[in-house]
Amino acid sequence: MFFRWIERNPFFMAAWISLVIAVAGLIEIVPDFAKAARPVEGLKPYTVLELAGKEVYKKDNCIACHSQLIRPFKSETDRYGDFSVSGEYAYDRPFLWGSKRTGPDLHRVGRYRTTVWHEAHMWNPPAVVPGSIMPAYRHMWKNAADIETAYAEAVTVKNAFHTPYGPGIRKGKEAWEKYKPTVLAQARKVAEEMKGTEGVSKEEVLKMIDSGKVPEIVALIAYLNRLK
Amino acid sequence: MQSNAALEYDYSLAKKFTFLTILFGFLGMLIGTLLAAQLAFPSLNYLLGEYGTFSRLRPLHTNIVIFGFTVSGIFATWFYIGQRVLKVSLKESKFLMTVGNIQFWLYFVGALLAVVSLLMGITESKEYAQFEWPFDIVVVIIWVLWGLNIMGLIGIRREKALYISVWYYLACFLGISMLYLFNNMALPTYFTSGGLGSFFHSVSMYSGTNDALVQWWYGHNAVAFGFTVPIVGMIYYFLPKESGQPVYSYKLSLLSFWGLLFVYLWAGSHHLMWSTVPDWMQTMGSVFSVLLILPSWGSAINMLLTMKGEWQQLTENPLIKFMILASTFYMLSTIEGPIQAVRSVNAIAHFTDWIIGHVHDGVLGWVVFMIMSAIYHMTPRMFKREIYSKKLIETQFWLQTTAVVLYFTSMWIAGITQGMMWRAVDEYGNLMYSFIDTVNALHPYYVIRTIAAIMYLAGFMMFMYNIYKTVTAGREIEEEPQFRTPIAA
Ligand code: HEC
Repeated sequence: MFFRWIERNPFFMAAWISLVIAVAGLIEIVPDFAKAARPVEGLKPYTVLELAGKEVYKKDNCIACHSQLIRPFKSETDRYGDFSVSGEYAYDRPFLWGSKRTGPDLHRVGRYRTTVWHEAHMWNPPAVVPGSIMPAYRHMWKNAADIETAYAEAVTVKNAFHTPYGPGIRKGKEAWEKYKPTVLAQARKVAEEMKGTEGVSKEEVLKMIDSGKVPEIVALIAYLNRLK
Repeated sequence: MQSNAALEYDYSLAKKFTFLTILFGFLGMLIGTLLAAQLAFPSLNYLLGEYGTFSRLRPLHTNIVIFGFTVSGIFATWFYIGQRVLKVSLKESKFLMTVGNIQFWLYFVGALLAVVSLLMGITESKEYAQFEWPFDIVVVIIWVLWGLNIMGLIGIRREKALYISVWYYLACFLGISMLYLFNNMALPTYFTSGGLGSFFHSVSMYSGTNDALVQWWYGHNAVAFGFTVPIVGMIYYFLPKESGQPVYSYKLSLLSFWGLLFVYLWAGSHHLMWSTVPDWMQTMGSVFSVLLILPSWGSAINMLLTMKGEWQQLTENPLIKFMILASTFYMLSTIEGPIQAVRSVNAIAHFTDWIIGHVHDGVLGWVVFMIMSAIYHMTPRMFKREIYSKKLIETQFWLQTTAVVLYFTSMWIAGITQGMMWRAVDEYGNLMYSFIDTVNALHPYYVIRTIAAIMYLAGFMMFMYNIYKTVTAGREIEEEPQFRTPIAA
């Protein structure tokens, strides 16, 4: 019998196991790969500031409690807006759908929450939504977002995956130094809409930006505003 | 499986990995308990500054339990079982011993660094694949070293036919290799941008829906090849060994093994139901999830029937009790999973705590119970001492069993409650509850879950203490016990 034989021939056993487990992946994943990667019309890649904000979202792992995937049910579209479609995620590397909604879905949070709302909420969630069990993220006012790494990511996806970034996004230190003021200007625009909190004033935030550093909170809000 | 009087086995590696299993088990459960408490009492988020929030700690919990506790357990049992069923001693090969030791130290140091990296927020943010690329490379090296050891030991074996457990370890090795490599394909941005930014950062080769597909093909099957396959491999060795009963049916073993390998991989897309992946994939996920009941229950029933005519052992031997309950939780978990994969059920269950409950009846009830039984079985044989206290095992058993039941029932209720509240509409079709209403409703269940977590952790600490006492103060035994593990009353 085949199985009695294979039990005595480890090499063939290993080969056979590999084959059996590979089948599903090949048949399920490969066929639709190219199609699923196409962006919806008009989709713009994330700005460098937004990418830096996405890194903050990843670093503090908001995915532990938040999804970014609105399912096609009326109860979901009523609550969060249009259901999500594949092409909207074309520039999401990695995807951030999440698997647990301890907090609400955020895929379209930019439609109904504003910079000041986020500012107050991230500083102290239960003050804005009584009973909230979301942690406050006050360190985001102190830590600087890593905008250089965000830029490096933009360069990488532009070159490797043809993500449509403009000519300003290029390899090397020099190109980055030239581009950096653009990022700081974007950050300043967000920060100007902020009001300041009891712990950190608006002026302090602006001062940090003027010194060439973007507080994590500013980048994060830029990212959240972009989710529409 | 006769006794192996002639061969002197080398247990040094098994001992080292057993130590790590216990260490990581404790750490993982401790953090898990804190996480449970944080959801019930949010002020606990601020114990460690930015490093102590629920969100920063959660990947630590999952990764320590998977890659710390379970993987150490897999290694420990392999270095114990492998020699015995293949009828060779690691003593016979200097090379394999060296490889094994390198594997151990690399793993130990790598694991500590990986923990630090996650605390700092260096992460790819894909679930159970958070490690950034340098750690991924370390993981791959460790895995290859382990593979070398499996192949090497098989290469010099005396027993020509591979025992069932070996099939499972082999599949575990091959499966994880394939999954891990494909899912973690990423470009390190430092090198692709001309030296800009963080050395650690990378960007996924896949985007959006594709990334989701690959990730859940990985995520689901990491459970298959980490939490199922090797654990089944363990029970196929330890239950017959402990009870002195031969495996009930060879045919059923075959059927379950190959069935599991073939079917499991298709079911990954049940994590993506109602998402933007094509419908036919979601349907495949559903159908294969239901089919998966067959091979899963096949193994479990095979184990239960192995006890045929010997059920009195269940009352006499606490280890048998642990293992039989583990099989039972495995059956529960593998019927629950397919239920959650039914489209209409999934619409309610997905994104809720019911899923968390499902994971934990599987892991706490099946994986941890099985690994603890394995350690209880191996320790007296590796250290030539009797288990220190039977009473402690009995207490631990009831404490932890109650904890698991409390855990999953509270999470079932929490999940279904929240799922129903999200969709509840009034007579005019308007949503009835704001989101925060649905959060507030869960508070009592989060409290119950916290209590369950503390109970389970306390049970685990009894286990740690019992093993510690066994190794340091257990009564010495001269002959290796053939079947039933000696336990002081
Ligand atoms: C412990 C779980 C948890 C974590 C972690 C968490 N949140 Fe929340 N979040 C919640 C809960 C619960 C709510 C609903 C109550 C509220 O608005 O505070 C919420 C609400 C929100 C909202 C308002 C959405 C809306 O529609 O009103 C935003 C925005 C948000 N969170 C962003 C974040 C970000 C960004 C992070 C990561 C830095 C994060 N959350 C981490 C639990 C969490």
